[in-house]
Amino acid sequence: MLILVGRTLRALPLAWRQRRKVLDQLDEIGTASLLLACVLSLFIGAVLALQTGPVLAGRGLASFVGGLVGLSMCKELAPVMMAVLIAGRIGSAMAAEIGSMQVYQEIDALRTMNIDPVHYLVLPRLLAISIALPLLVVFSVLAGWIGGALVSMYNNQIALSFQGFFHSLQDWVRVKDVANGLIKSLAFAVVIGVVSCHQGLQTIGGPRGIGRSVIKAVANSIVLILILDYFLTRLLMHVVK
Amino acid sequence: MNGQGQQGVSVQVRGLRKSYDGQPVLKGVDFAVAGGEIFVLMGPSGSGKTVLLKHLIGLETPDAGEVLIEGESIHSPGVMARHRLAMVFQSGALLNSLTVGENVGLYLSEHRLKPPAEIARIVAEKLELVGLQGTEHKMPDELSGGMKKRVSIARALVVEPHLVFYDEPTSELDPLMAVTVSEEIVRLNRRIHVTSIVVTHDRDLAFGIADRVGFIHDGELLAVGPPEAIRASAHPLVRKFLSADFRFNPEQNTYEKHP
Repeated sequence: MLILVGRTLRALPLAWRQRRKVLDQLDEIGTASLLLACVLSLFIGAVLALQTGPVLAGRGLASFVGGLVGLSMCKELAPVMMAVLIAGRIGSAMAAEIGSMQVYQEIDALRTMNIDPVHYLVLPRLLAISIALPLLVVFSVLAGWIGGALVSMYNNQIALSFQGFFHSLQDWVRVKDVANGLIKSLAFAVVIGVVSCHQGLQTIGGPRGIGRSVIKAVANSIVLILILDYFLTRLLMHVVK
Repeated sequence: MNGQGQQGVSVQVRGLRKSYDGQPVLKGVDFAVAGGEIFVLMGPSGSGKTVLLKHLIGLETPDAGEVLIEGESIHSPGVMARHRLAMVFQSGALLNSLTVGENVGLYLSEHRLKPPAEIARIVAEKLELVGLQGTEHKMPDELSGGMKKRVSIARALVVEPHLVFYDEPTSELDPLMAVTVSEEIVRLNRRIHVTSIVVTHDRDLAFGIADRVGFIHDGELLAVGPPEAIRASAHPLVRKFLSADFRFNPEQNTYEKHP
């Protein structure tokens, strides 16, 4: 997998030549995931407000709900949840597509034409997911905030106004917190892209082999995302102050 | 990309060995193919033909031995770029996400060898050569197995190769199209003196187009020579393969009859 990362990094200067494929992949990721990401995040923000709001309101801290939802969404929930969603939807598709190309000799055909599969297949996908995931996280954060604000406004136990929610959010959330989430999402995107493409290229056998690659791509991506999340959180605590 | 008058490259195979999970598939294969020659590797299914072909084009790395293209190892950096190689896969191996036209022109577009209009012209010309004019905008899913193979041949022709590998080029084709494809192999060979290595179990194809035939069985090359020498071979496995036909004797065990 590290070799694949190295080969992809070496291919980066050729990225401009692959711009059409990057745009195609971006379109695929965006079309497949934007609406779902927004709906999912709306409800994540809503549940977060629903769980914490009444407890805080009971202690006279209802105005903190906005800040709590705001910080949780941008620093942790949006990057991690979007990464898991993309690992499931896009990582699996990448592993299946490249795996099927491997099984049905399409990758051999590329090699015989002196076309490097890393340049042709891995680089555009990795670039597209590295652009798409942070963008999705931005939409996810906004949707989560809106979900939290709506629950805070309409839940009688919280009864925080829309303005009150975003005032609290403004007090608590800094640009560095949003940057924190975006840096994490970029790292998660690279993990999903590399793991999924690697599993695809390693596929052997027929349809069962493709199935195995898809399962490994999704499972390994999610495990790596959660482990990396801990270490990145610790690192960013010191770096982004 | 000057195809006219180019010479095919020579190929040497020395002591090629390969095992998968401890199971030997190639047991020390040696042969040489001269530039511009049509060399047919013939043998029954499971004899190691396709594995040998994958080694010849550098898709597999041998456990021992080497493949030399004009004296250079196939795994040497840049050898694929210096000596243009092409392969016609048994399944066609067309990229399913691309149209027929994009598949055929892929080599030219990816390496930016020609402007798009010129690529479109070359693609149309090559597709016409294999009898598939006007199919540029079709997707591979819309084609039959035989049509996919012909597109694969058109894709190989676009490379204007020095060396072409054909993996079972006539399987899945009706007799008329099989003859057309075999004529195209010979025509390409005559036109640009390309070296052609054809892997097949089709005896008619082998004896119809080959300058020399190699008979492979169970990972070993049992006989190499001109078609008439192979026809006259006294080796019992070669004789058995060449004499097998459908007028079987119900009393005789089929598996004994097939080599």
